[in-house]
Amino acid sequence: MMNWIAGVGRSTLSQLSDLGRATLILMQAIFGRSNVGVHWRLTIDQIHVVGVLSLSIIIVSGLFIGMVLGLQGYTILTDYGSEQALGQMVALSLTRELGPVVTALLFAGRAGSALTAEIGLMKATEQLASLEMIGVDPLRRVVAPRFWAGVISLPILSLIFVSVGCLGGALVGVSWLGVDSGSFWANMQASVDFSDDVFNGMIKSVVFAVVVTWIAVYQGYDLVPTSEGIARATTKTVVYSSLAVLGLDFFLTAVMFGEV
Amino acid sequence: MKRNQSIVTTEAFVEIRDVVFRRDQRVIYDGLTASVPRGKITAIVGPSGTGKTTLLRLIGGQLKPEAGDVCVDGLSVQSLKRAALFDLRKRMGMLFQSGALFAELSVFENVAFPLRVHTNLDDDLIRLVVLMKLEAVGLRGAVDLMPSELSGGMQRRVALARAIALDPEMIMYDEPFVGQDPIGLGVLLSLVKQLNQALGLTSLVVSHDLQETLSIADHVIMIANNRVAFQGSPDVMQASDDPLVQQFLHGSPDGPVRFHFPAPSLEDSVS
Amino acid sequence: MYSRRLELSVGAFVLLGALCLAFLALEVSGLTQTGDTGSYRLSARFDNVAGLTTRAKVSAAGVTVGRVVGIRYDDTTAGAIVDMEISQDFAQFSEDTSASILTAGLLGEKYIGLLTGGDPSNLKDGDVIYDTQSAIVLEELIGKFLLNMSSDK
Repeated sequence: MMNWIAGVGRSTLSQLSDLGRATLILMQAIFGRSNVGVHWRLTIDQIHVVGVLSLSIIIVSGLFIGMVLGLQGYTILTDYGSEQALGQMVALSLTRELGPVVTALLFAGRAGSALTAEIGLMKATEQLASLEMIGVDPLRRVVAPRFWAGVISLPILSLIFVSVGCLGGALVGVSWLGVDSGSFWANMQASVDFSDDVFNGMIKSVVFAVVVTWIAVYQGYDLVPTSEGIARATTKTVVYSSLAVLGLDFFLTAVMFGEV
Repeated sequence: MKRNQSIVTTEAFVEIRDVVFRRDQRVIYDGLTASVPRGKITAIVGPSGTGKTTLLRLIGGQLKPEAGDVCVDGLSVQSLKRAALFDLRKRMGMLFQSGALFAELSVFENVAFPLRVHTNLDDDLIRLVVLMKLEAVGLRGAVDLMPSELSGGMQRRVALARAIALDPEMIMYDEPFVGQDPIGLGVLLSLVKQLNQALGLTSLVVSHDLQETLSIADHVIMIANNRVAFQGSPDVMQASDDPLVQQFLHGSPDGPVRFHFPAPSLEDSVS
Repeated sequence: MYSRRLELSVGAFVLLGALCLAFLALEVSGLTQTGDTGSYRLSARFDNVAGLTTRAKVSAAGVTVGRVVGIRYDDTTAGAIVDMEISQDFAQFSEDTSASILTAGLLGEKYIGLLTGGDPSNLKDGDVIYDTQSAIVLEELIGKFLLNMSSDK
């Protein structure tokens, strides 16, 4: 029993020290002295890697999720004879929940794990140590651009995901199932509010972006530099990010939409 | 423990005094004292796992000792502020075991990297310096290749060119000879020697390829059992009657360095 | 050039994001430029506003002219006061305008319908409409219907 309590204590302490280290790394990466010109270029490079290269998976997933919403929504709403509310249903689910959450989950799997593996590999091949010895702070040079790139890319990807999803819903609802195009869009426009729904969704997306990218770069920077360590850290990135995104989503939803 | 510190004739570039260092719970150094003479090739040798690379990291300020003092050119490394430490590092070059070239940059950009970060040279001048450094390691022809297109030995030579790009005062080699065929090894050995003589560098070579290293070294520091087991010139080392030094020189399987990893006696473990 | 292509792709990526934001703003949320012309505030007193929420739309002849910005209970008249923001574009509501709480479809959301009258002078910022028709409460309707049924027998 005492052992068990001690175990709980030990793991709590180690979690806390992990969190502390992660915070230090983030703070140092963001607020350390830097050469803005050079790092801006590096950030653009990284936006290409984490943002542009994630486009295809985001667009394809967005399209299919929108289409599924259209199909499912239609079968449910016809029972109440209110197919015209399909646009509203698709758009609200996407802007408020599915857009930010699914994009963040896909991002964690596609870009987050890649970030962890890349930084981990740089650590394992002593590239980070080598940067330090050249007199360049790897947190500024390697971690910061990747962090910013993630924070910038994810909300953009989320916007794209939601837009494509709405079009996918329209494709199924209007083109295939014959919901009136006018009432589909009009209902959507009447019920979706820009600041309540779209903007709040974006705020969620920014929060997820910070958390997912932070986890990814921390896991990469702090891992044990062996092939096993990299594999483990990559898995951790995906698992921790997904849990953090889903947990935070509940919290943010409660704050944003809890009281109408 | 026998220590021989009589051979330090020139002024020391690096002074290590009573350093205690622990990684997790394991003691790596317990009162390590050594000095690296300026302008010479110093070899750091010792059995695997004695933390030879750790010593380089202490000198480079990447790790901090628990106690004791590491001084480079009169500056106490562990008490330097971050900015001052980074300035000091510009005066040191380090060649990592794997080369540690930046995988996404070409050979040219790798060598140009320290120049771009730390100097305001224009592109023509950078190109000139990079080509000179690559010429020095015999790889000017590989300037446009990517690191992945080079053999391990060539990667190390490019890394060497990068390490000397800023004309440092000291260069540290971490296991430069590991996994080299005899030709590659010969090339690296002569490079270390040439660079030392031509540029007046202080060189620090960590290696367990004993004979090769001793053939070019002016000064040897042998680390074993958490401290300096021997310090002096290679000739004195050969003549030493210290059983530990003799075991290491001749590669005897058992001696002061135990064949068995520390463990309770076999009877206790079995019963 | 490699870096040029990279810059182009990142630029296109960011533009695509901006385009999607515009699409979401205009096509999905139907955000139109309000506030440019300013708005003025009207209130209406209802006996019952059951089901009406803030941000519900205010329409006249089916055209959205404003939004509900506040609902509060009024002690003196024992009714509900609904505050509405009406776009300055629609400043021609006469003094005897009537307001009623309507429902979009059978189960749809509640909104306020304004019906302008014939009075030559118009409502101004801060005016209160007293000629109102309250929300239809479904339970009351059903109650009345059942009562009628039983009295018919």
